[in-house]
Order: sequence, then structure tokens, then C-alpha cells
Amino acid sequence: MRTARALHRLDLRSGSLAPIVAILVVLLILLTARQPDFLSPPSLMAFLGRSAPIVLLAAGQYFVIVSGELDLSVGSLVTAQVVVAARLIDGDPSAGWPVALLLFAFGVAVGLVNGLVTTRLGVPSFITTLGMFLILVGAVYLWSDGAPKGSLSEEFRRIGRSGIENVPVLERVPYALLVLLAVAALALLLTRSDFGRTLTAVGGNPRTAELSGVRVGRAKTLAFVLSALAATLAAILIGGYSGVSFQAGAGLEFGAITAAVLGGVALGGGRGSVVGAMLGALTLETLFTLMNFYGVSGALEPTVQGAIILLAVAAASFRLPSG
Amino acid sequence: MTVTAVSILLVLAGCSTDDPTAGTSGSPAASTGAGTGKQSKFFVQADYDKQLTLLDTTPTGPAGKPWEQALDPATVDTAKYKKPGPYKICFSNAGLNNPWRQVGFTTMQAEVDTHRDRISEFVHIDAEGKDQKQIADINDLLGKGCHALIVSPNTTATLTPAVEAACRKGLPVVVFDRGVDTTCPVTFINPIGGYGFGHVAAEFVTQQTKPGGKVLALRILPGVDVLETRWSAAKIAFDKAGVDVVGVEFTDGDPARTKKIVNDYIQRYGTIDGVWMDAGAVAAAAVEAFVDAGKPVPPINGEDQLDFLKLWKDKKLTAIAPTYPTYQWRTPVIAALKILDGQPVPNPWKLPQPVITQDNLDEYVDPTMPPLHYAMCGCTDLPDYPKRWK
Repeated sequence: MRTARALHRLDLRSGSLAPIVAILVVLLILLTARQPDFLSPPSLMAFLGRSAPIVLLAAGQYFVIVSGELDLSVGSLVTAQVVVAARLIDGDPSAGWPVALLLFAFGVAVGLVNGLVTTRLGVPSFITTLGMFLILVGAVYLWSDGAPKGSLSEEFRRIGRSGIENVPVLERVPYALLVLLAVAALALLLTRSDFGRTLTAVGGNPRTAELSGVRVGRAKTLAFVLSALAATLAAILIGGYSGVSFQAGAGLEFGAITAAVLGGVALGGGRGSVVGAMLGALTLETLFTLMNFYGVSGALEPTVQGAIILLAVAAASFRLPSG
Repeated sequence: MTVTAVSILLVLAGCSTDDPTAGTSGSPAASTGAGTGKQSKFFVQADYDKQLTLLDTTPTGPAGKPWEQALDPATVDTAKYKKPGPYKICFSNAGLNNPWRQVGFTTMQAEVDTHRDRISEFVHIDAEGKDQKQIADINDLLGKGCHALIVSPNTTATLTPAVEAACRKGLPVVVFDRGVDTTCPVTFINPIGGYGFGHVAAEFVTQQTKPGGKVLALRILPGVDVLETRWSAAKIAFDKAGVDVVGVEFTDGDPARTKKIVNDYIQRYGTIDGVWMDAGAVAAAAVEAFVDAGKPVPPINGEDQLDFLKLWKDKKLTAIAPTYPTYQWRTPVIAALKILDGQPVPNPWKLPQPVITQDNLDEYVDPTMPPLHYAMCGCTDLPDYPKRWK
């Protein structure tokens, strides 16, 4: 029984990137047919830079989902971080680094709370992170009287908004893309490490993992911390891209979950790869760009995300028994 | 859900202008506009005509103090409300949920401070943008011994009965900013209004955009009277001039969303030749979308929020800022005191609604004030300026 499950898992994992790559290629072909410019290096660079935050969030969400949990608090964490950053920086160019460190510390704290409440108190992560979502939204509202105050300095915004200029062929390489590549490399290393394998085992079968001596609670808590750290980085990029906003992170948690599911990460845990989750995010962004080029309103994006989640979960449950 | 549905419809309507037969070439003055959709249910022709007339009316009242001026005033007798002071004045506020309201409320508190000899107590209750809370707030205030009640309603229809209940208590009620569907308050104070705002901005964008140019209209959300009237006046101006409105999008007043929408349109059409907005809070984000895409910023309107005014000056934009001045938050306090003195007050009390143009831009750009401050606060002579507003 266990061998069968392991084989099944292996089988799926080895082939799990093929579908998402295929979808991405099809979307890119459709996109290029409509707008041949899209694949030109400068335009592609801008696209990748703009997509970096959601790709980061998808990577963070991967760790949580693969361990068998969900993190619904990342969108509100992004909003909170942007609003807090604006108020603390208040246009002061020299405040950027200290405030960024503070944001990371806050991110770690939120991740720890999510993880400990889920693992120690036994609250389902769906509820834990929903609670965190509400706490953060309410706290930010209370702290700021319902409207953002202060402003992000140009220096703080640079990392999300600009890049290395005058690069041959590419023209501009967004800093956001460099951040993304660095995080992707780190995430890949993490998934290949003992921790990564442990996490997958925990998500695949927590009971077995526990019996074989894995500290399930610690692994899951770390996953939540990683997700919160990814949200913090995303907040710095999003705040940089568009400035202070009370809705900076609205809906991002669903974007990240959709991306992960689209990239072959199984809701419920144990299956999928971080590269798949990140490719899922890129695919989702490509799909939205395609919708835009064909004149479909951006208002349909949540609907599309919802449909993807339902379809992906239905497809997975359809496949499992027969596999 | 409705927002989604409406915006889909509007965008689909906007897309029909992709069709080369939509008539954007030829003589634009003769053709009718495209892409602006149906006229809003909130549109009232008489109000529209009246507001456009008021734009050219000379105000009465002290020069240089527009918050004490009135346009075309008809006064009401208030002798029956006369009482000896000092007074307890109560204020039911729709919310403090955007920078415009934050600046306005700060200004109002400073105005109260200038009357500390006559106002012994100023009670403020924030409804946090919720109708139900504001109805309860007003009800609570009725038992608190207020001498006068100031209301800035969250929404028009829902708050009407609460305001009527306050009137029935014999309390002098002053409504400002958004209105209610009753004439029972002693006075209703606001600037000229949404039609004036939308018209001024749309005329500017139309005149500055080359014939056949593509205009993007950005709205916050549907269903709010002030915003609906801004759009409906713009629709009339665009239709009349035969402007090609390629999209009417809702931004939720969010800069990230705005930047993404504008960026999408730049990608879809290659270039956008004019941008109209029903409110300027996200104007800076719209401008940034063009800057970051390496495109020239087309003629655009914002309002008197400083981040936009600074960008306008620094980037030498072709821009205009119709306003809905925050100095109107001073007027209800002044009106309440006048009423309690038994002095006549204008009703409706229509305040001037100045426009910031290239010619007077420098008067309003103040680099020392925060980016979310509103220049038209009329607050520079109030106690603790500028500290209180920072």
C-alpha cells in the first residue's frame, strides 16, 4: 500500500511540470499571435518584473500547501506591510533599510503565530490564517484610521519600480526580476534539502512522518514563516511598484493558491514542486495578459481563478483513484 | 458582483470602438461619441444645467475665504434656533476612510478650535463607512444634549430617515458633502458638485486630445451620487465632442489596480491619448504607468491631492485639477454657530469649486506638505498649520 502510494507520488512528481509548461507555451503562442511585440526582450522583462510579486507568493504558498496546510493571510500581510512601511518611512529616504528589516521581523512573527496556532493549538490552518487575515485588516484599519498615511520614499520604491538600465538587448532588467531569481534559486535549494523532503513527507502523510521521527509541527511552522517572508518581499516590490495603498494585497492569497494549484501542487499536500508553483503564477499572469489583449475585463480575473481552483482539484481527485 | 457585471458591460461597450466603422475619423465635432455607455440613473438634467451655470457665477461673501462664500444664495431664517452659548456641537461623520476625509476632518477640528470660546464640546462619531453604524450613531447623539447636529451622510437614501428623525427632535441639522433626500435640515452645504467636476475635466481632456484620440476613463466605483454625476457630465462632454472612449474602468481607488489597468490599456492600444478620472486620488499612479512604460503622459486630470500636483509640476504634464475642496469641512461649524445665533444662513449653501490649472499650479504645490494632503484645504490660516495636517 505504502509502496504503491510512494510510486504513485514519484510518478506524478516526475511528470508534474509537463502540463504547466504545455499550458504556458500555448498561452504564449496565443499571446504572440495577438501581440507579436510581447516576446520582445524589453516587453518580456517588464512582464517578468511585474509578475515577480505573485511568483514570490506562489513559491511561499508552495511550502505551506505541500506540507498540507493553506495560508490565507498573505494578501492582508502584504497590505499591512505596505501601509506600515509608508507610515514609518513617511518620505524619509534614509529610513528604507531599517524599515525593511522591521518588515521582515514582522513577517517572521506573523508566520510564527500562524504556524504555532496551527500546529500547537490544533486549529485548522484555513481558520488560523483566515483569523490572521481579519486581525491584520482590522489592526491596519485601526492604526491608520482607515486611510493610509505617510508615503514610501523614492529610494524605498526603487527596488519595485526600476531596474538596471541600458542592458544590451534586454534594455532594462527590473530589480524585481533579480530578487525573484535569487528567491527561486533559494527555494529550489530548500526543496532539495532535507527540510524540503521532510515537508513533502509531512504533507503526504503526517502520521507516517510523525511515526518516523519527523517533527511535523516544526516543519509546518517553518513553512508558514517562509510564506510570510515571501509576502514581505512581495510587499516591498508591490509598494515599490505602485506606492502606498490600502488594497495593495487584496486578493493575492487566492492568486498564490491558484498559481500553486495550476502548477500541479496538490491542495492537501504531499505533491508538487516549487518550480511548478512559480510557473503556475507566470501562467496565470500570462493568462490575464492574454485576456487583456482580447479585451476581456480584468474584473473577470477572480472568476477565472475560482474556476481554475475548482477544475484543478476536481481533476486531481478524478485522477487519484485511477492512478 | 454588480461592480463586476457593470464593469464588464462597460468594457465590452468600450471595446466596440475597436471597430473601424465606429466613426472616430472624419469630423469629430459632428459625430457622436463612442464607448461611454448608457447615461447614469443618477443623471438629473436640471441639476446638470444648474451646476454648469454655477461654474461661471461670482460668489458672494468675503474675498479669499471661499469656505464662507456662497453661490447664488437664498437664505433661510433661523431665529427659532437662537440659544445662548457655549454650545455642544455634535458631528456624525460617514467615515475617515480616505485621505480626502482625513484632511477635511483635521481642518474641521482646527476650525472648531478657533471658536473654543463658544463651543464647549465637540462630539465626533465616526461611522467607518457603514450606513447601519451611522444610523445608530445619529440615534445615539439625539439623546446626548447636542445643541446642533452636523451630518456628513455615508449614503444618500439610507441615511435620510435618520436625518429626518433628528430634525423632528427640533435640533438644527446641518448636512454637508453628500446629501440626503429631504429638505428638513436647516442647510445643506457643499461645493458646486460632481457635474461641475466631471465637466471641467472632460472638456479639458477633449480639447487637449487630438481628434480621434483614444481616451481612457477611470472611475472609482459605481453607485455613489457624487461620482456618478462626475461621470455623467463627462459622458455628455465626450459624446458631444465625438471622443473615442476606449475604456471605462473601475479602479476601486487603488493605485496598484489603477497602474495595472492603465498599463493594460497601454499594452492593448499601444498608446492612450487622454485620461479622464472621476477622482484624483490615484492620478499619480496613472501617470506613473505611462512613465514606467516609457510613454509620454497624455493630457490627464487629477484633483488637488499634492502627490499629483507635484508630479504635474515636476514632469511638466498637460493637466488640470478640478476640485471638491476640503475647505468645505470648515463651513458646517461656521453654519452651526450662525444658526445658534439666530442669523440667517444660505440654503443650499453652495461653495465655490476652484479649478487648478497650469496658470495657478504654483500657488498650490507645497513640497513641504505630505503627498496625500489636499491643497484646497483652506487651512493655512488655522491654528497649528501645518503641523496638524502632517
